[in-house]
Amino acid sequence: MAEGAVTSVRGYRDIAIMWTRAAMAYPASFWMMAVSGFVVGVLDFVGIWIMFHTIDSLGGWTLAEIAFLYGATGFGLAAADLVVGRIERLGQMIRTGRLDSMFLKPLPLLTQVCADEFALRRFARLLQAVVVLGIACAFVSWTPAKVLVTLSMVVSGSVIFFAVFIGFACIQFWTIDANEVANAFTYGGNTMTQYPLTVFPREVVTGLTVLVPLAFVNWYPALYVLDKPDPFGFPEWLQFASPLVAAIMMSVALLVWRSGVRHYTSTGS
Amino acid sequence: MTALYLSVATRAFRRYSTYPAATLAGLFTNCVFGVIISYVYLALWDQQPDAGGYDSVDAVTYVWIGQAMLMTVMVWGGGATADLSDRIRTGDVALDLYRPVPLIGWYAAQDLGRAAYHLLARGVAPTIVGALLFQIRFPDSVGAWVGFAVSVPLAVMVSFAVRFLVATTAFWLLDATGPATVAFTLTVFFSGFTVPLVIFPGWTRELVMVLPWAAYLQIPADIWLGQREGWAVIGGLALQACWAAVLLGVCRLVLRQATRKVVVQGG
Repeated sequence: MAEGAVTSVRGYRDIAIMWTRAAMAYPASFWMMAVSGFVVGVLDFVGIWIMFHTIDSLGGWTLAEIAFLYGATGFGLAAADLVVGRIERLGQMIRTGRLDSMFLKPLPLLTQVCADEFALRRFARLLQAVVVLGIACAFVSWTPAKVLVTLSMVVSGSVIFFAVFIGFACIQFWTIDANEVANAFTYGGNTMTQYPLTVFPREVVTGLTVLVPLAFVNWYPALYVLDKPDPFGFPEWLQFASPLVAAIMMSVALLVWRSGVRHYTSTGS
Repeated sequence: MTALYLSVATRAFRRYSTYPAATLAGLFTNCVFGVIISYVYLALWDQQPDAGGYDSVDAVTYVWIGQAMLMTVMVWGGGATADLSDRIRTGDVALDLYRPVPLIGWYAAQDLGRAAYHLLARGVAPTIVGALLFQIRFPDSVGAWVGFAVSVPLAVMVSFAVRFLVATTAFWLLDATGPATVAFTLTVFFSGFTVPLVIFPGWTRELVMVLPWAAYLQIPADIWLGQREGWAVIGGLALQACWAAVLLGVCRLVLRQATRKVVVQGG
């Protein structure tokens, strides 16, 4: 098991380095895209700042508090997009037969799919999220417990997004054209959790707690770190449950992946 | 010539309509985003009921017009011009230059055909879903409907010209993905897809309302909402037409420079 993990990480690293070298063959494009990625993130946050130009609080949260939510979910999404984001292209890999050739290589299939066309420039989004989260953290009154909850939030949030990317990409094993459905949960989930969940109806929040538990990416830990009472009155222990939820989601995603691979019969020639 | 462009456009329309599963998946995602952003804007307009001169119904309508127009004006780039940058890199553009049709016209016709498909397939359904889930506004005069109907193709032409310019950078850089990313970054923000341009603060609002990107969504939406009436409709359409003409003119100049340096290998 441990040996398998080492092989996977090493294989992933080698493939990632190869694709990074390839991207550097067009340095102008690489830097333009990396800088744009950063600017996209900055402008996205400027959008929220513009909203706050007309209001003082949104759903009862201040700009600094929303920045904490924004940075946390942004980090999770960017980390997942960097590491496993290429799985979005699964349908394309099936159509072109690329996936078939991956079956023949001595490396776990999931590792190869995620590492394929690895794009280092996506690091820029991660950086932007770190900057926003860093600024937001300056407004928090810290305790040791809050530091722990924040660290676990960032790690669990990333793992939850890993799972969402992998799980929903598997739809493409059944319908190869429908990759955009996953966007509703990955990027849509990110957009949703950028805002305090108080702006949504209670049913949506219940859904984000039980069905697609994206509320654990930032909402529940943030309630604890920012000393906010849960406006929906859900149990307090949920605020510490993010690591558990992340572990469950990852297991489910891997199960879905395995059943997808078992279902897969290639497109033939 | 018109018949030729028309048949190019029809074929582009058909080409995009061959992937119904992709269209359905895209619609689903449009609707999810529409719902999310509607709730955020409702919270904002609840705090500030006349932000940017919109009321909350205007704001929610704006969200759904945005989701309906997203693919039509290709905010994220792509469309016919994405083929062009690939063909420049591979050299296939030589064939395009041989055609007895101007290159810009050939691609513009394709892109209009694509836009017509996206307007029908990706525009109508989100509008209906938006109307079912939220209270939204429809144009209340024939003038507004006509204005909107003229405004959308003009929006497509401005968007096409920008994407065409981006694609032609491949003549110099070989790989146009860098400029494409820069262009899409600017487009998403300055076209009002991040937040409506009307709520931009102070003088930045006046500025962004006359930039070419205002033609993508803000002008058509304001005509739909009745925010622009009478002469303001004509003014909005004139601004769109002006940017379309200027940018297409630049496309021609750039293309002339580019073809002068093209070397067709082999053959």
